[in-house]
Amino acid sequence: MVIFWVAVLAMSILLYVLLDGFDLGVGILFGTTSGEEKRRPMVSAVAPIWDGNETWLVSAGVVLWGAFPLAYATLISAFYLPVLLMLAGLILRGVAFEFRSKALRMRWVWDAGFAGGSLVAAFMQGLMVGALVEGLPMAGARYTGGEFGWLSPFSVLCGIGLCLGYSLLGACWLVRKCEAEVRDAAYRLIPYLSVALLAFLIIVFSYALAQDLPVMTRWLDRPSLFVFPVAAALAAVTLAASVRFRQDALPFPMVALIFVAAFCTLAISFWPYMIPFAITIDDAAAPHSSLAFMFWGAGLFVFPLMLLYTAINYFVFRGKISSTAEHY
Amino acid sequence: MELTALLLSRLQFAFTISFHIIFPSFTIGLAAWLTVLEALHIATERPAYRVLFEFWLKIFGVAFGLGVVSGIVMAFQFGTNWSELSRMSGPIQGPLISYESFTAFALEASFFGILLFGRSRVPPWFYLFATAMVALGTTLSAFWIMVNNSWMQVPMGYTVENGTFVPVDWFKIIFSPVVWVRFPHMLLAAYLTGAFCVAATGAWYLLRRIYTAEARIMLRMGLYLAAVLLPVQLLFGHLVGDYTHDYQPAKFAAIEGRWHDEQPAAEVVFALPDEAAQANRYEIKIPILGSLIGSMSFNSREVGLTNFPPQNRPPVLIPFFAFRIMVGCGLLMLALAWFGSYQCGKRRIHRNSLLLWSIFLSFPLPFIATLTGWFTAEVGRQPWTIYGLLRTADAVTPFLTTRAAATSLFVYCAVYTFIFVFGVHYIYRLLRAGPAGGLAIATAGIPNRPMSVADPEDNVALPLPTGE
Ligand code: HDD
Ligand code: HEM
Ligand code: HEM
Repeated sequence: MVIFWVAVLAMSILLYVLLDGFDLGVGILFGTTSGEEKRRPMVSAVAPIWDGNETWLVSAGVVLWGAFPLAYATLISAFYLPVLLMLAGLILRGVAFEFRSKALRMRWVWDAGFAGGSLVAAFMQGLMVGALVEGLPMAGARYTGGEFGWLSPFSVLCGIGLCLGYSLLGACWLVRKCEAEVRDAAYRLIPYLSVALLAFLIIVFSYALAQDLPVMTRWLDRPSLFVFPVAAALAAVTLAASVRFRQDALPFPMVALIFVAAFCTLAISFWPYMIPFAITIDDAAAPHSSLAFMFWGAGLFVFPLMLLYTAINYFVFRGKISSTAEHY
Repeated sequence: MELTALLLSRLQFAFTISFHIIFPSFTIGLAAWLTVLEALHIATERPAYRVLFEFWLKIFGVAFGLGVVSGIVMAFQFGTNWSELSRMSGPIQGPLISYESFTAFALEASFFGILLFGRSRVPPWFYLFATAMVALGTTLSAFWIMVNNSWMQVPMGYTVENGTFVPVDWFKIIFSPVVWVRFPHMLLAAYLTGAFCVAATGAWYLLRRIYTAEARIMLRMGLYLAAVLLPVQLLFGHLVGDYTHDYQPAKFAAIEGRWHDEQPAAEVVFALPDEAAQANRYEIKIPILGSLIGSMSFNSREVGLTNFPPQNRPPVLIPFFAFRIMVGCGLLMLALAWFGSYQCGKRRIHRNSLLLWSIFLSFPLPFIATLTGWFTAEVGRQPWTIYGLLRTADAVTPFLTTRAAATSLFVYCAVYTFIFVFGVHYIYRLLRAGPAGGLAIATAGIPNRPMSVADPEDNVALPLPTGE
């Protein structure tokens, strides 16, 4: 039962990262473009699906609460300010979808909110993951770091890294969904973003080695973990080829694969901890009666249905967006 | 009062949830109304239904967006500010909220995209299905939230193990009698909100003599629905009061403004409760009615607040007045809905401009009733977060600093005020422009109305949107 919920949690987080990742990425790239003829297709490429994507954040949050209450209570309260800023960012970018088309003179405000909100939300997510990898200050099961216990050069670095990663995903999504200028601009960005991301990974890795972070020993202990970097490298090669030969459909799945590899590496190196090296999955797990109640309804039936709706939604909005925006 | 992290967290919770509830209570009702319109359009092929659908869909889109972003905050706020509560009651509240997220949000969020952007991409039956799924999603969401909140109000089906609440009987938790009066009360509140907003818009257009065909439909459907639902809502209000009487006597005494035991008890209609003196000033009361309402008898003994030790008493002023405002709004709406429906039936409502003005100006009433209802329920529950088990003071995140709490309260107030002002402004503009008022993307001139309803009175020019 516990394992089942770990799997659902992991899947929700992964889906969130992949799905909202690209739409946050599109938001970040939106900030770097100008001109309505480029911006409108970018918004249209994510408008019908962003809400569904963000639901995976809520799902991950509530599964964490329901199945691992101790981890939810500790993590969310320890990350008080990052969570606040992430939510503020998500609010500003979320309302922008509806507001920018209604606004006349104020559109620039919502455009700024869309780009800035996306950037802040992405940065905060990366920062929190970074702080977890580095290890939060804990005494037993209690967080002891105070207001800024999560702040370190490493966590800031990870925040920047995730912004780059999401932008790359976003660029690949635009290649897939858009045509003409927007697509070409995205194609031009992909190599730069990929190189920047690679540089980031190298820096993070060396930093972790230099600081002798506890996760490092796990990477060395568990050589099987190296499948993931290898898979990621293969995906990167395919990505490069697909960009070279302008295969619109390929870059996105390849970058998604790189994200999956990175996610699995992290997840396995944390195992069996939920909050690295202080609270294990079993410590955090809710009593059996809670897990079973969730399993027999939400887990067994509704979770597959959720995957189905997500699939229906992507199916209905498949293919390139048409040049005339389909806003109601 | 000293500004502690606890007080700031409470203010923040009250502020953010009050903000949030405004939008769900509007969208739950509106989603159901959209489903009805779409079904009517498919059944009758009358263009007016389609025009109304497209019109309200735009408004729905803005309100829904605000509901979503403010709701995401709620899901995390339990963890940020109430970490002790989340840890201890996580095994019960967590699964309930998970069910909400799984059964409701996923449904809403996925089909919402289809509703807004997918009309040309799916067959009509599927579009109707998507509309119905969004409506179902909002309703399920209200259901799970009410189960969760009802468990906090009247905990059942649990035991306590090492300081956490462990569920033993989910059936008791979900089918608690409390849920089954509070959920209908909330759902009816949402439908009434939708009905009054629709009717008020209709009245407004009639007063401005524009879109009269659509306006009549809106006025009629809104008023008739409200006229039917209001008596039911008042009945459920009474039943909700009944559960409060049985399970939360201190809250009930605060609502009633009853300081001392009375037999038979009187009903205080109006007073100014004085907490220091433990008495009411300027009291107007009706003898015996208190016993009648509380216990359905002429001679029951009803409990007063002084029976409870001071540290277990809720504040009195807020529940006392909030309750009266809610009931007052309910009665006022009843009068309007009944008289309005009568006039509608007689086909002379469009000539009665006083009535039209009253209906137009009544749209805040259901929002006020909903908010004051929640204030009654939540403030009356104090000093407990989980009634009788966990005090609010013990539920707050232990290491939360005043500085962090003040920062977050400030950020939420600033962001919410900002988006609220613009959201309401955009909704107002959409309402003002009226059906098919294409101010959205069409910056290149105002498009002609795609589907005009055959109504001679209806050929009034579209008012230009007035800009920012
Ligand atoms: C009776 C109705 C009701 C009440 C009391 C609440 N909500 Fe709500 N909520 C809804 C009815 C609703 C809704 C109608 O289902 C919304 C409004 C717009 C939407 O997308 O769904 C929603 C949205 C919404 C969302 C965004 C979902 C998404 O991503 O689409 C979240 C996370 C929450 N709510 C969570 C909460 C929490 C934690 C609450 C209380 C503490 C709460 N809501 C009170
Ligand atoms: C005679 C009329 C009414 C009575 C006697 C009544 C009674 C009550 C009572 C006693 C509560 C507190 C419940 C608790 O403590 O948990 C409550 C809550 C509430 N009321 Fe009413 N009510 C009436 C009319 C209305 C109307 C007209 C609306 C809205 C349109 C409304 C909306 C609400 C809401 C949203 C709540 C909070 C949710 C809840 O606690 O269930 N009420 N009502
Ligand atoms: C939707 C309308 C709601 C409104 C307007 C509302 C209002 C309030 C208010 C005014 C307070 C502060 C009370 C005080 O500290 O004196 C409060 C506290 C609280 N409410 Fe609600 N509430 C609502 C719904 C809910 C729901 C649905 C839940 C649970 C799912 C909930 C859980 C809480 C919690 C945890 C607190 C903080 C701890 C406490 O003060 O008890 N509320 N709410």
